[in-house]
This record gives sequence, C-alpha cells and structure tokens, in this order.
Amino acid sequence: MVLNDSPVHPAQPSLQKVRVQVDSGPMAARQAFDLLKRGLADLALDVEELGAIELVLAEVVNNIVEHAYANGQRRGPIHLCCRLRRDGLHFEFTDLGLPIPGKSTPLGLPVNVDVDLLDLPEGGYGWFLIQDLAKDVAYHRRGQVNHLSLRMALSKDACGI
Amino acid sequence: MELSSKTEGQVQIVAVLGTRIDAAVAIEFKDAMRAETANGPDLVILDLSAVDFIDSSGLGAIVAAMKHLAPQRRLALAGLTPTVDKVFKLTRMDSVFSLYPTLDDARNALVA
Repeated sequence: MVLNDSPVHPAQPSLQKVRVQVDSGPMAARQAFDLLKRGLADLALDVEELGAIELVLAEVVNNIVEHAYANGQRRGPIHLCCRLRRDGLHFEFTDLGLPIPGKSTPLGLPVNVDVDLLDLPEGGYGWFLIQDLAKDVAYHRRGQVNHLSLRMALSKDACGI
Repeated sequence: MELSSKTEGQVQIVAVLGTRIDAAVAIEFKDAMRAETANGPDLVILDLSAVDFIDSSGLGAIVAAMKHLAPQRRLALAGLTPTVDKVFKLTRMDSVFSLYPTLDDARNALVA
C-alpha cells in the first residue's frame, strides 16, 4: 500500500497565461501594466516584485513606442504574453514596428554618472534597467515581427513551488 | 503634470502632485519644472512623496530639471517612495542627487 505522504505544497496558482494587447502610443505602458496587473491578481506578488515588473514592462513598451513605432510616426499593436513557470514569469513582447538596429538588444551597460553635472546624460537608462532587473533577455526578428522575451524571477511562494 | 510650489525663506519647495513621472508625462514635467523654478531661491527641494512610479524617462526629466538649475542653483530630492528610491539607486543617481527620506529631513539638512 502506498501512502500519499508527499509534503504539503502551497496551492499552484491558477494563472497559466495572460495575454495583453494595446495600441502603440504615449499611454501604452500604463494601459499594458493595468491589464497585466489584473491578470496577475491571483499571484501573491509583493510590492517590490510588482514594482520591478512594472518598471521593466514600462521600459520595454516605451522602447517599442519610441523606436519600433518611431514615436507616433507608425501605428500598430503591442502584444504581451506572460506565462508562469517554476523559475518566474516569462514575458514575450511582440510588435510590428521597425527592427532593433543591429538585430540584438543593447547591452544595457550602466550609464557613467561620475561626470560633471552639466554632462550628465538625460537618457540611456532604460536598457540598463531592463538588463539589470530581468533575466534571459532575448530578441528575435521573424518576418515583420519583433519578439522580445525575458524572465522576471519571483519568490518561491509566488511560483507555487 | 501638476506641481505645487512655495517659497520658505531661502528655499523653494516644489511638490509633484501626480503619482507617476513616466514617459507619458516626462516632457510635461520638465516644462512645468522650468516654469515653476524660472525665478526663485538658489535651493530647490523637489518633494516626490506622492510619486509611486518613475521610469527612465521620468528620471531623465529630473536630471534635465537639475541641469537647468545648475550651476548656480541646486536641486535636492525629498520623500522618495521605495519604488522611486530603487530606480535612483540602481542607476547610481543616488550619488549625483542629494536624497532625503522626507521633506523635513531635507529642510533640517539644507536650511540653516
């Protein structure tokens, strides 16, 4: 006779996949995060995890709006798919805009802030924040579609393992 | 992007009334800061206690506001909420700006 003596696991969160689509534009990042947050409501994400997700999502979506869709000169959708895995939340962003120059993500090196105040850059922090907060950042261009995937590590509780 | 401003002796205190300084309002914020600080004391304290989210565009706009005041005038930041504070620390902006947990802390440290 086999006894079921497996240890008690926290309930596996019901979330399997959240899909979000917004139109490119100045409000796209806010809209995408509001929709995503609703889809993630069942996960026990703490404020810090949610804050990191919001920041990475904002930087990725703003890059798509500003560069792929050329700041309003082009229009199109931004699609986001989020899946829960044992190692965190896997995100895939897709859009129909221009490819990332060089067909690869910027390294996102830290901006040198040890300079004269008047020489301090006013931009260039976005890719650094993405590369710093997210794991496994990868970019592919397939046909006319940009695919950017990344993973946000979560606490074990949130992953349900 | 609404700001409120008051002058207390030799310091101007500008409070951000919105909860976000992000790409949607970064240019508006930069323009509003320019207008609010067009004339005034050499020391400006920006009260960020109502702001719960900032992205790299918002960070860039605060850098622009600080550069616009420099070199004669100075911008200090007060009341950073945890998520905002994290962005400043990650980008090492905490080594560039004077950051204070609260407006009172900033006043006590900066106003003689």
